[in-house]
Amino acid sequence: MNYIPQINRRTFVVSAAALGGGLMLGMDIPLGPNVVRAADGSPEVNAWVVIRPDDTVVVRIARSEMGQGTLTGLAQLVAEELECDWSKVTTEYPTPGQSVARKRAWGDMATGGSRGIRESHEYVRKGGAAARMMLVQAAANEWKVPASECSASNSVITHTPSGRKTPFGKVAEAAAKLEPPTEIKLKDPKDWKIAGKPLKRLDTVDKTTGKMMYGIDVKLPGMLNAAIKDCPVFGGKVKSFDAAKVAGMKGVKKVVPVGDTAVAVVAETWWQAKTALDALPIVWDEGPNAKVSSATIAEFLKEGLDAEQAFVGNKAGDAKAAIAGAAKKVEAIYSYPYLNHACMEPMNATALYTDDKCEVWTGTQNGEGAFAAVLAASGLPAAKCDVHKIMLGGGFGRRGRTDYVTQAVLIAKQMPGTPVKLLWSREEDMTHCSYHPITQAKLVGAFDANNNLTGLHVRISGQSILTVVFPSRLINGMDPATFQGMAPNGEAAIGYTIPNLLVEHAMRNPHVPPGFWRGVNINQNAIYLECFMDELAHAAGQDPLEFRRKLMANHPKHLGVLNVVAEKIGWGKPAPQGVFRGLAQHMGYGSYVAAAAEISVEGGNKIKIHRIVGATDPGFAVNPAQIDRQVAGSFVYGLSALFYGECTVKDGAIEQTNFDTYDSMRIAQMPKVESIVMPTGGSPWGGVGEPTICVAAPAVLNAFFAATGKRIRSVPLKNHNITLA
Amino acid sequence: MARLTINGKAQDVDVDPNTPLLWVLREQVGLTGTKYGCGIALCGACTVHIDGVATRSCGVPVSAAVGKQITTIEGLAQNGILHRVQKAWLDGDVPQCGYCQSGMIMAVAALLKDKPKPTDADIDAAITNICRCGTFQQVRAAIHAAAANA
Repeated sequence: MNYIPQINRRTFVVSAAALGGGLMLGMDIPLGPNVVRAADGSPEVNAWVVIRPDDTVVVRIARSEMGQGTLTGLAQLVAEELECDWSKVTTEYPTPGQSVARKRAWGDMATGGSRGIRESHEYVRKGGAAARMMLVQAAANEWKVPASECSASNSVITHTPSGRKTPFGKVAEAAAKLEPPTEIKLKDPKDWKIAGKPLKRLDTVDKTTGKMMYGIDVKLPGMLNAAIKDCPVFGGKVKSFDAAKVAGMKGVKKVVPVGDTAVAVVAETWWQAKTALDALPIVWDEGPNAKVSSATIAEFLKEGLDAEQAFVGNKAGDAKAAIAGAAKKVEAIYSYPYLNHACMEPMNATALYTDDKCEVWTGTQNGEGAFAAVLAASGLPAAKCDVHKIMLGGGFGRRGRTDYVTQAVLIAKQMPGTPVKLLWSREEDMTHCSYHPITQAKLVGAFDANNNLTGLHVRISGQSILTVVFPSRLINGMDPATFQGMAPNGEAAIGYTIPNLLVEHAMRNPHVPPGFWRGVNINQNAIYLECFMDELAHAAGQDPLEFRRKLMANHPKHLGVLNVVAEKIGWGKPAPQGVFRGLAQHMGYGSYVAAAAEISVEGGNKIKIHRIVGATDPGFAVNPAQIDRQVAGSFVYGLSALFYGECTVKDGAIEQTNFDTYDSMRIAQMPKVESIVMPTGGSPWGGVGEPTICVAAPAVLNAFFAATGKRIRSVPLKNHNITLA
Repeated sequence: MARLTINGKAQDVDVDPNTPLLWVLREQVGLTGTKYGCGIALCGACTVHIDGVATRSCGVPVSAAVGKQITTIEGLAQNGILHRVQKAWLDGDVPQCGYCQSGMIMAVAALLKDKPKPTDADIDAAITNICRCGTFQQVRAAIHAAAANA
């Protein structure tokens, strides 16, 4: 990722207005034929593959790397079909501006929802395959032999009858001039040699030497630095600020309003900017939201648990009648708090605005969204804007939002010709997130006289992300994402068949902005459903695994991962003395996941997690070693939330401002994670960045019940005086 | 004006003496491998060595670093040869996003100097850096691998 390619701009047909509408444009699958050159003059065989004369293969990556390994996985898929030498592969990001200028040559750049690989694998593999076919054809043309007599392997093309060979680099120029093939056959994954293998990441060296450049490290000639304060109360505005008070401070260049809601200080260094910002008198117009607190939000949601109206996300039979006629009924109320992503690298973006150009350098999960934000904030047309994507110091969904990009452009616009790097302090980052949405849930289960589960009613009350972030994706006002893991079918389907089932959502939207937080709604839904399943099993006097199995006969893939973790943890066999076990399974992002935990509890409130077995069935596994790391890492993220994570609201603002009040798991608390990757094929592919996160918490909570007989129905556990040893 | 010794080289910086060492390294000296994470010495992303001791540079005013040997991630490799911790990190494919890893590697390098063969308990006590990607399982394995490689 060492340079940014300069690609000849074609005529621009997309208007800024169209971009503002969410970039709902067609995608021109880019397989040739005009020769386009990378910055060093090397030919593009097609949009995905550039081959340099020295045989280096540059694979273009449209999605963003934020630690999840997508960059390496996508390169593996292209390289697999290209039949190139993996040791010669390097990567680069095309810019959103280049993509739009070429009719979205690289398709969707958004990297969230565990979509990086699963939504683009087919066309990037076709990109690799088409490039291989063109390289082979070019060699065949040179040798004046039929292409069918030639094959490619390890970056070398061989004419089988004569044994003649030529490396890719020698024919790339000629290949780039050929018409792209129209019929492309992809390999059977069974024959993969590069994809599907536990290869090492491509981006590690610079991450061990300090050389990797993140957005925070961008430095441009003459650049100034900005620190910002947005109104602490969401929905509030700036009333006034007294720039004169800080104008004489060392390094300070300018104090600028940023939209209606924020103020920034621009100085020579960021430390100077932050110091001056801390000294700057700002008066806020906090507005009516200043009356909101966590207690008022909880009341607001609680009302929804029994409200008349609710959206129905899944329905079978008549759950209410089954409950009314039940021999036995079990009821529980659960809740899940606001969470901040707390990426290690706080939000930042560097912008350069001139009268005829606006460029931004930033870490973003949403290249095209960031590009649209630049157009909107700069007021310039698409042909005059671009976004240069940089490695993300964590994303987890937060960097899908483009608020910090907009702010950077609004600041730079007030200092034309001078590049300005905007960096949020940790405190700004903690208090201006788009938070994991807050919900509560009431669950009621019905049994007949023989302890068979006859009905289940799940009423969720709380916040909808799509209402704020993607209102166009609501279905008659309903947010389908709220039901993740409890849907009747699709990529987040429930894994149980219950004769009478009703899953509903009473939408209650507090003023705190919600957003996608790694795993999104499976985090709370897996706790609600899987802890309650455990409650039901115990109420019926049945083993939690056997109880689930009876309801899962129609859900073989859900059952498959559950069985595997149960066997690996030793379910049904005695645990070591003082050690207790819990289970959970769920589905999200097209992948089936399950976990089994072993914990011990000291003094009734100190949990030690000894091991967690996690199984993932994503259909296809592009890099099993990286999936293992995603599983273990997601458990850290999910368990940090379970034990410590909560953003509370006081006077309309978030109370937690740093890691002292928003703690995160350390190495001492890390359990042994045993990951099982068990792809069973099928279509569409599942994702791996998020799904497993949701099963760690309910597995631990169910183990805690096994150990103590206590049900914990609200998180984080710190609020119950429970600590993680 | 403060005279600092960074990665073996003397360097004069013109800066307010209260400026945290982290920001002097990043903004005046141009060594951006040391990262800002929290600013309150909690997360460890800014860890450097001061006279060989792992120190969170966001909590150290530059005036307190004058006359001391400061080593950053950029100075860990010697004569172009990676430190054994960096090598173990490469072999173990440890980093995910990588942002916290400079600080993590510096903390581990200091630990191994004090305790060439750390136990898991030694690691738990000494390595308190936050990693939101959750690389801890690979970090622990790589620490033991680096120790075995001494």
